[in-house]
Amino acid sequence: MALALEVKDLHVAYGGIKALRGISVKVEACSIVTMIGANGAGKSTTLRAISGIVAKQSGHVTFFDKDITSTPAHIIVAMGISHVPEGRRMFATLSVMENLEIATYTRHDKKEFAESLETVFSLFPRLKERRKQLAGTLSGGEQQMLAVGRAMMTHGKVMLLDEPSMGLAPVLVEEIFRTIKKINELGTTILLVEQNARMALEYSNYAYVLEVGVVSAEGPSSQLLDDPRVKEAYLGG
Amino acid sequence: MKKVWRNLPTLRLLIYAVALYILLMLLSSGGILNDYLMIIINICLIYVILATSLNLINGITGLFSVGHMGFAAVGAYVAGTFTTLVWKLPNDGSVSTTLLFIVALVLGGIGAAIVGALIGMPALRLKGDYLAIVTLGFGEIIRTIINNIDAVGGPRGLLGIPALSSFTIIFVATVVTVLILRYLVYSSHGRAMISVREDATAADLVGINTTKYKVWAFVIGAFFAGIGGGLLAHLIQLAHPTQYGFYASFLVLIVVYIGGVGSMTGSILAAFVLTILEKYLLPMLLQWAGLGVEWRMVIYSLLLIIVMIYRPEGLMPREAKFMIPEDH
Ligand SMILES: Nc1ncnc2c1ncn2[C@@H]1O[C@H](COP(=O)(O)OP(=O)(O)OP(=O)(O)O)[C@@H](O)[C@H]1O
Ligand SMILES: [Mg+2]
Repeated sequence: MALALEVKDLHVAYGGIKALRGISVKVEACSIVTMIGANGAGKSTTLRAISGIVAKQSGHVTFFDKDITSTPAHIIVAMGISHVPEGRRMFATLSVMENLEIATYTRHDKKEFAESLETVFSLFPRLKERRKQLAGTLSGGEQQMLAVGRAMMTHGKVMLLDEPSMGLAPVLVEEIFRTIKKINELGTTILLVEQNARMALEYSNYAYVLEVGVVSAEGPSSQLLDDPRVKEAYLGG
Repeated sequence: MKKVWRNLPTLRLLIYAVALYILLMLLSSGGILNDYLMIIINICLIYVILATSLNLINGITGLFSVGHMGFAAVGAYVAGTFTTLVWKLPNDGSVSTTLLFIVALVLGGIGAAIVGALIGMPALRLKGDYLAIVTLGFGEIIRTIINNIDAVGGPRGLLGIPALSSFTIIFVATVVTVLILRYLVYSSHGRAMISVREDATAADLVGINTTKYKVWAFVIGAFFAGIGGGLLAHLIQLAHPTQYGFYASFLVLIVVYIGGVGSMTGSILAAFVLTILEKYLLPMLLQWAGLGVEWRMVIYSLLLIIVMIYRPEGLMPREAKFMIPEDH
């Protein structure tokens, strides 16, 4: 299997705070890989470093064998990595539709746009109903759908998802995981960061456990589900 | 049919503009608006250009530039240099003079745009307050430079500028500026600028080159400010370094923030209301009260404080981006 994404010995610091101290992660094409870990472990930072919105101190990131370590963020998106950032981050004063349109900015193909839009609306019919509403006035769950939909519009081969289930009602959490699975089945490779470790492990093929800036454990997700240390620390015993 | 409907708002805007033009012309030739009032109206129109172009930078793109008159100064001096020193244009209102004047205005706009790009590129790495400080410093630097160039009059100012800014030219320039900015705001580029304002990181993550858009906002905003400066210089027949200091930039900033940051409609309305207030009503009122004209600044600042306390979003809501909302 081809490697969609490879992160090698990544170091990132915010000012004096070292957030990542040598993270290495591999994501096989068409798989779902998850990163779990406590608050502040560096999960979001890893995703931000991959998509180029925080500076890397050292290390390498390759995307289908192309080195993207120092590629600017907007070009990384155009190359095919979409990122659903932590905390939704809508363009609040733009409508749902405008939020989706903006994401196709790097491409000018009308047919492709229509197809992506159809896919997004079929996964999230609610967004279609609300397409004229201002994004800032959507409910939390609807905003999460829009965040995922917007990322899908960029047509990435790899999607980075940062806590898509955050703040959602239990029914919606199930639904968002099923949707992620569907997106994956449509051919998108997924790197998923989650607080909801159990669900993340159930829905993924491979997993990494992060602890204060380093990978403390990794393995096939089914294996980690049974790992006593993982159970103790992240699955509530 | 759908296309026609989409273009209707622009058409309506044009019809309003023509109606306003005819009305003002009639009032002026009928003697109801005297020359002095016409000058005030001309200044109002120039403030529309200055305020809407600043609103592109501060309101639409969400940057915080406070030295807008620095760009206007560049436009005023470049245009003035061409019409007064290079071409020595007469005041005859002939077609060729008018055409050369328009060329001079555009050159002034381009000069300001280049300066906008020069300060924009390094400055845009900075955020919020820091950017404000840099643009403030920039305005002062421009003023100091002009003050020291003898060829354009130095501290005496550039004198003897021909009175080429007729009401018609100013009016057309204003309408063209507003229409271009309106088109821009509603285009995909405008939306990209708004996304930078809303959340620059999220904009990066959907593939928008945020740095490019910030620089373009500066370049386009500066261009129109330059046009405004050129018009102003040829209206009052003088370009003087003191006209482009912080107080002047502050006035434009107030128009934008009282009108409603992000609302072009607000900028247009506030440009009229506040300019008439500042240039006409307040001086009259102060004279009547026996106070010096420098109290204007105090009253003006108080007004800003009151509006910011009771209506922090300004008079017009941000959603009313332009006079007439777009159909989707
Ligand atoms: N912008 C920032 N400035 C300074 N420190 C930061 C910044 N962003 C993150 N950090 C620090 O870097 C470390 C890793 O943060 P990160 O957001 O990657 O954690 P996380 O694993 O995503 O946590 P959570 O599960 O709470 O989202 C934390 O100690 C955090 O305080
Ligand atoms: Mg996080």
